[in-house]
Amino acid sequence: MCVKQVPDTTEVKVDPKTGTLIREGVPSIINPFDQYAVEEAVRLRDAAGGGEIVAISMGPPQARTVLIHSLALGADRGILLCDRGFAGADTWATALSLSMAIKKLGEFDMVLCGMQAIDGDTAQVGPEMAQLLGIPQITYVDKVELDGKKVVARKTVDEGYEMLEAKMPVLLTFMTPSDFVPTNPPFSKISKAQKKPLETWGVKEVDGDPEKLGLKGSFTTVTKVYSPPRKDKAVMLEGGPEDVAKKLADILAKEGFF
Amino acid sequence: MADPISVNIEKCTGCGLCSKNCPFDAIIIVDKKARIGEKCVLCSACVQVCPVEAIKIERREVKVDLSAYKDVWVFAEVGEGCAKGVSFELLGKACELGKELGQHVCAVLVGSDVKKYADTLAENGAEKVFVAQHELLGHYNTDLYSTVMAGMIMKYKPNIVLFPATKLGRDLAPRIAATVGLGLTADCTGLSIKDGMLLQTRPAFGGNIMADILCPYTRPQMATVRPNVMPKPEPKKGRKAEMVDVPVKLDPRNVRVHLKEEIKTCAVGGKKIEESDVIVTGGRGACEGEGFEVLQKLADELNGVVGASRVAIDLGKKPKSVQVGQSGITVSPKLYIVTGVSGAIQHTVGMRGSKLIIAVNTDPDATIFGFSQYGVVGDLFQVIPALTAEIRRRKGK
Repeated sequence: MCVKQVPDTTEVKVDPKTGTLIREGVPSIINPFDQYAVEEAVRLRDAAGGGEIVAISMGPPQARTVLIHSLALGADRGILLCDRGFAGADTWATALSLSMAIKKLGEFDMVLCGMQAIDGDTAQVGPEMAQLLGIPQITYVDKVELDGKKVVARKTVDEGYEMLEAKMPVLLTFMTPSDFVPTNPPFSKISKAQKKPLETWGVKEVDGDPEKLGLKGSFTTVTKVYSPPRKDKAVMLEGGPEDVAKKLADILAKEGFF
Repeated sequence: MADPISVNIEKCTGCGLCSKNCPFDAIIIVDKKARIGEKCVLCSACVQVCPVEAIKIERREVKVDLSAYKDVWVFAEVGEGCAKGVSFELLGKACELGKELGQHVCAVLVGSDVKKYADTLAENGAEKVFVAQHELLGHYNTDLYSTVMAGMIMKYKPNIVLFPATKLGRDLAPRIAATVGLGLTADCTGLSIKDGMLLQTRPAFGGNIMADILCPYTRPQMATVRPNVMPKPEPKKGRKAEMVDVPVKLDPRNVRVHLKEEIKTCAVGGKKIEESDVIVTGGRGACEGEGFEVLQKLADELNGVVGASRVAIDLGKKPKSVQVGQSGITVSPKLYIVTGVSGAIQHTVGMRGSKLIIAVNTDPDATIFGFSQYGVVGDLFQVIPALTAEIRRRKGK
C-alpha cells in the first residue's frame, strides 16, 4: 500500500519571493485515490481471510498522520520513509525509494496505489515502481477481485473498460468509482491505530545510496514554479433568455463555432 | 562501444544481492563475482542494492553525451481504424521542436497491423516512421509495448520522445522510463526548447500552479502531453516519410496481464468526449426533467458532445464515459459550455484547460463563473433552448 499526504484543497499559492509552494496553513489529508486503495486492500484481505497490509508513505514527519489514518482504516503496519535524503525526489527517485522499501519488506502479493496524487497529478510513480520491482501493473482499476493467486481487475481505458487478469505479485493503481464515499474512521479506531506498529525508515534502512535518492537521484529538475496567468473574471451577459442567446450566438459565431 | 554497466571485480564480494534484486534476471554469480548478462536494461536496481558499490553505470556518473541522441519522436497512439487525433497534435509540436533543434521528426507505430497509418502521420509532419509490428501487439499490453519501445529507444537513441497523456500513454511512458532509467514529465501543456534542452511546462495542484521542468541528466527527454492542447498541423496531402520496419521478437510467455473482456462505453454517436472540440456539460441543475435532451440539441448544432458532472453520473442521467472531472475525464476542448454546475474543484480540475468557457447558472455567486470567460445568470432550461434556436435561425434552418 503506498499512500501520500496531500493538501486538502488545491488552493495552494506560490511564494512570490522564493517561487516555492506555500503549503502552510493548508490542512493535509490522505490522497483520495489512496484512500480508496486502502479500503480495497482491507476488503480484499478480509475476503481472503487473512494477510498483512503494510502502508508505506514517503514524506516529512507529519506524513505520519496518513499512516495512522490508513491503520485506522484497517492496515496492519505502517512504514514512513522520512529522511532528508529522500527529499526533493522526482517521480523516478520516489519510485526508487518506495520500491526499495517494498523489497526490504520481503515477499508480497500486491502493491496497491492511487492512480495519481491530487497535488502532483503525475500518475507515474505506480508504473515506475512496478518496473523497478519487476512485476506487472494494471492501472486505472476501479474494481478488483481475487481468484486464488490471480487478480481480476476492471481497468478504465479511454474506450470503456477492460477485464484483466494477472498472477500475483502485481501492482494496481486505483481510480475511485463515482459512487465511492470515503470512510471516516471513528475515534475508537484511530486510538487503536496509534497502538499498531509504525516505523520510520531512513535512507540507511532501505539500503539506499544517498547519491541516487532524493534530489540528487532525480533525473528531472523543476526550474520554475509559478501561478498560471490569471484568467480575467467572467464577463457577465445580462438580459432575458433571448437577449443573452443573441449575445452568446455572436460570441460563438465570431469564434467560428457555427 | 563499451558497455555502460561494469562490475568492479576487486570490490565485488559475490554476495548475490544484485542478482536477487535484478528485475530482469540479468545477473548471475560466477566464481563469486557478479556477471551482467544481455538481459540488462540498465535499470540500475543492482547499483542500488550493491553493498560495496561494485557496480557502476556510466550514464549516472558522466555528463550525457548529448550529440549521440538525435531526433524528436512521437509515439503515435492508434484508435479504432485511425491514428488518434492527439498523435497529430504531438507531431505538430514535434515539428516546431525539430526545426529549432535542427533534428528530424519521427513517428512510432506499435501494433499488429498499423503500417497503414504511416501515410497520415507523414502528411502531418513525420519525416520518418518507425513501424514495430507483431501479432502479439494487436491489443495494448504494458509489458510488451514497453519492451518494444525501450528496445527502440536504446537502439536508435532519440533526443526527445513525446507520448500522449491518455490512459494508454500514462500507463506506458513511466514503465519505459523506469526500464531505461529516464526522467519523465507528466501531462505537459507546454513544450519549448531552452538552452538546447526540452523545457516542459505542466500544471500541478489542480492547475493552480505551473511548473517548468528540465531533464538535464538523461536522454531521451520524455514527456506525456495533454491532448487537445497543442494545435493540429495542417496536413500536406501526398507527403511521404521514410519507413523503418523495426524487427520485433516477442515471446507469448512474457505476457503477464491477460485481457479477458472488453467493454466499450463510447460516448453517444461514437464521438469521444475527450476528442471533441465542443462540449456542453450539465450538472445537478440539468438533472431535472429533460435537461440533458436540451443540452444535446445545443451540442448537435455546434457539432459537439454532451458531458456531465459527477452528480449526473451518480443519478444515472449519463454514462461514466462522459464524466468530466477528477474521477472522470480531463478535457480541454475549444469550447466548454457548462450549465447547472456550481464549480466544485473536483469538476473544475477536469475542464479548466478548455479554451473558451461559458457558464450558465442560476446562482450569481457560483464558483464556476470564476473559471469562465463569459457567464450567464439564468435558468438553463430557458437560456439553452433560446441559444439553440438563435443558432438555428442564423444557420437559416
